[in-house]
Amino acid sequence: MAKVIGTVVIDTERCKGCDLCVVACPADVLALARKDVNDRGYHFAMMANADGCIGCAACATVCPDGCIEVYRVVEK
Amino acid sequence: MNHDDIIKQGTKVYSRPRLMDDRNMHYCPGCSHGVVHKLVSEVLDEMGLENDAIGVAPVGCAVFAYHYIDIDWIEAAHGRAPAVATAAKRLNPERMVFTYQGDGDLAAIGTAETIHAANRGENIVIIFINNGIYGMTGGQMAPTTLEGMKTATTPYGRRVDLNGYPLNITPLLAQLPGTCYVTRQSVHTAATTRKCKNALKKAFKASMEGRGTAVVEVVGTCSSGWKMSPADANKWMEQHMFEAYPPGDLKDTL
Repeated sequence: MAKVIGTVVIDTERCKGCDLCVVACPADVLALARKDVNDRGYHFAMMANADGCIGCAACATVCPDGCIEVYRVVEK
Repeated sequence: MNHDDIIKQGTKVYSRPRLMDDRNMHYCPGCSHGVVHKLVSEVLDEMGLENDAIGVAPVGCAVFAYHYIDIDWIEAAHGRAPAVATAAKRLNPERMVFTYQGDGDLAAIGTAETIHAANRGENIVIIFINNGIYGMTGGQMAPTTLEGMKTATTPYGRRVDLNGYPLNITPLLAQLPGTCYVTRQSVHTAATTRKCKNALKKAFKASMEGRGTAVVEVVGTCSSGWKMSPADANKWMEQHMFEAYPPGDLKDTL
């Protein structure tokens, strides 16, 4: 079966750290930065477990601020 | 394959919609307005309505919608968006006219405009964001506030004997012969967000075909007004808001 691998690029300056992408991710890839904040003081989202990403775009779909770009590769 | 290789070799499956301006939105973190703005931008782009759409912004949190979606907008007085949209559509019948309103705007001060525009069967789309609270002014009780729900003006919960019953306005609009499509959606998960996008597409199409008024209610959250985290607000909405406002199509004559 073809394996799908994906990755996301997060616009950390636009992110407001609402945590909705973290909840929506079925593969537990995303997490909020614990200590780092962006220029506006929000704990932005980041990939904590990058290998697990399946490129399903659930995080980007629920993101209220449109901060997430999703890329996908199908390995045959 | 590492992060950069996937970006180089892979296909981009999702990015911020082209019609959404590169400007930070003033909405609180986790606000449903952002998701609906994104869906409206995506649908207008996919339907090729970029130059043909006229949005009517409300008074409420979404008052700055014209800053975020790159189409033509009119800002209406409080509650009067359907009346302004009526004029815009009658004068420009070839354009797609929609209003974007919250529950304080549509279900309180704008009840008359909304009901009469729907009853006349104006070929407009009404997007109605229902979060049961006046978000912008600090979380006061709205007509749609649930029984027992705590707000700034009902600190012990909404009492039916004092404040009346929650106003469920979408079924009222569904009864009117002027409406062609009335639906209630939500945007709290990826699946429901995609469903909501399809509903918006259907409503915009019906409006362009002149079938009558289409109403898309989106049950949303107001994490600041409800005093919860965005994730908890979504859970609370599923448990309590959906009891009073269950998602689904209320009327579909298309």
